[in-house]
Amino acid sequence: MNILVCISKAPDTTSKIAFTNNLTQFDENGVQYIVNPYDEWYALVRALEIKESIGGNVTIVTVGTVSDEAVIRKALAIGADEAVRIDADPKDAFFVASQIAGYAKSKGFDLVMTGKETINYNGSQVGGMIAESLDLPFISLATKLDANGSLLTLEREIVGGVQVVEVQLPAVVSCAKGMAEQRIPNMRGIMAARTKPLTVIPAEEVEDLTNYVAYQMPNAKSSVKLIDPSNMDELVALLHNEAKVI
Amino acid sequence: MVLVYINSTTGLSKAALETVTYGKKLGNDVTVITNGSASADQLANLGEYGASKVLVDRSVDGEDPQQLARLIASVADQVSASTVIFSHDIYGKAVAPRLSVRMKAGLISGAIAVPEADGSIKVNVFSGKAVGFVKVTSAKQIISLLPNSIQPEKTASTCGVEEISGLAGNSSIKVLETKKPEGNIPLPEAELVVSAGRGLKGPENWGMIDDLASALGAATACSRPVADIGWRPHHEHVGQTGVAIRPNLYIAVGISGAIQHLAGVNGSKVIVVVNTDTEAPFFKAADYGVVGDAFEVIPRLTEAVKRFKANQH
Ligand SMILES: Cc1cc2nc3c(=O)[nH]c(=O)nc-3n(C[C@H](O)[C@H](O)[C@H](O)COP(=O)(O)OP(=O)(O)OC[C@H]3O[C@@H](n4cnc5c(N)ncnc54)[C@H](O)[C@@H]3O)c2cc1C
Repeated sequence: MNILVCISKAPDTTSKIAFTNNLTQFDENGVQYIVNPYDEWYALVRALEIKESIGGNVTIVTVGTVSDEAVIRKALAIGADEAVRIDADPKDAFFVASQIAGYAKSKGFDLVMTGKETINYNGSQVGGMIAESLDLPFISLATKLDANGSLLTLEREIVGGVQVVEVQLPAVVSCAKGMAEQRIPNMRGIMAARTKPLTVIPAEEVEDLTNYVAYQMPNAKSSVKLIDPSNMDELVALLHNEAKVI
Repeated sequence: MVLVYINSTTGLSKAALETVTYGKKLGNDVTVITNGSASADQLANLGEYGASKVLVDRSVDGEDPQQLARLIASVADQVSASTVIFSHDIYGKAVAPRLSVRMKAGLISGAIAVPEADGSIKVNVFSGKAVGFVKVTSAKQIISLLPNSIQPEKTASTCGVEEISGLAGNSSIKVLETKKPEGNIPLPEAELVVSAGRGLKGPENWGMIDDLASALGAATACSRPVADIGWRPHHEHVGQTGVAIRPNLYIAVGISGAIQHLAGVNGSKVIVVVNTDTEAPFFKAADYGVVGDAFEVIPRLTEAVKRFKANQH
């Protein structure tokens, strides 16, 4: 099976989030980038597992600049066969999805996988947009995926439960927790990643449809009110009278 | 013209009423498009929340985002909608991105408020560690509203309901099985949430969490390690790599308050933390704190809630 896994970089989960330029730009100062956990832990690892069981090829694609190649190499170290970097600053989800769809259109991938969302913009948009651009079925928030010939069986999250569904390949799938377990790259993987093919292709001319005009840090909580552990009636009274939440 | 999509296969959820209310706040003329089996009378009630008309396609089961995108795009065209609104649930996540491409309309995911004066809309970013203001640069826009961000408001009376069909094409997704645990409140929609972490020592101790949750009418959640080691189901995992929630009340029991956990819950309106360790970072994000042993505090709290509820009646 010929699989394309879409990879985004994301700030390390312990990063201190701050903004510059009058709160209009993410402050990258001191920020370490990682492979977006959903892309890595679930989409990429499941793609590798499928390849290991039935054969095939796993390509990763990212829309990014040369500074993102460290993150790409990490994904290669985990086991992807080759990487493609579409050379552009990712402007918004539509821009990213259009670039990836443009690349994937003529490549005959059986399956395109994304993480369920990135941990920086949390949009959950790219997978569905690629699917629409390629006119393919889309299964979102999949927690299980098995391939049988040209048929995929998946489990996906629905409101208040899960559902088992079937779809014909080719298809686009966004991957959530449950799909696979995180893999730590080993030394051999890291060495091999250095020489795996990383193709850089130019971006297409695409307009963006959205724009972040400003950011704000959430309001800091005023200091915590401590309640005597033996007096839970007081807590309940405060939640009712003061906080008005019960 | 504003078009609101709701899924009404299992009746009208609170999230659905919130999206219609939100639509009304954005424009005077609100059309609702829905699929599913809710009765015409039920759907007519959407008028009370601001719908001027409800269109329902009963032939569409709502399981294939591609089919829904076709349906909603055609209706948007017919009613000349410049704004389409979803709830940021599985439909907002699966259908809205498709529709964005189809309509060439910018998509704002996870809105948490009505638009600002400059037209930008507030959303959570960095998994709740900050908020951003997004503006659409295209002529049309699509907004998915994070559940529990606004309250449903009744402003008018019932409206007309019209059956439609033939716009959606075929489904390419075959549903083999649907599993829905009975009686559970879906976490993203819950107004009250009781959550517990590794401080509970083992899965056998969750009875007291369930008791507190049922006394309050709350949903249950957990920290990531607890889901990873299988003490609790994955869908209860909240945080940066789990579900992001913003309930009115979040009670955190035996959770240290790691940055990745806080990311998913610090949009909660009120946070109560129960922890034995005065130094637990969670206290810095809390409104009310109880320094104490969960095994003593939680049963006591449950009793206090029951007394309070009994006095309410
Ligand atoms: C990339 C990445 C992503 C992550 N994403 C998430 C995420 O989405 N969600 C998440 O939750 N975590 C996430 N984590 C993990 C996170 O860093 C913490 O490890 C985790 O939240 C800790 O869980 P905990 O608070 O249950 O356990 P612990 O940190 O072990 O805390 C247990 C707490 O219980 C208290 N306690 C012990 N006994 C009692 C008692 N009897 N009564 C009351 N209190 C008691 C202790 O004082 C302590 O504060 C992520 C980590 C990484 C690296």
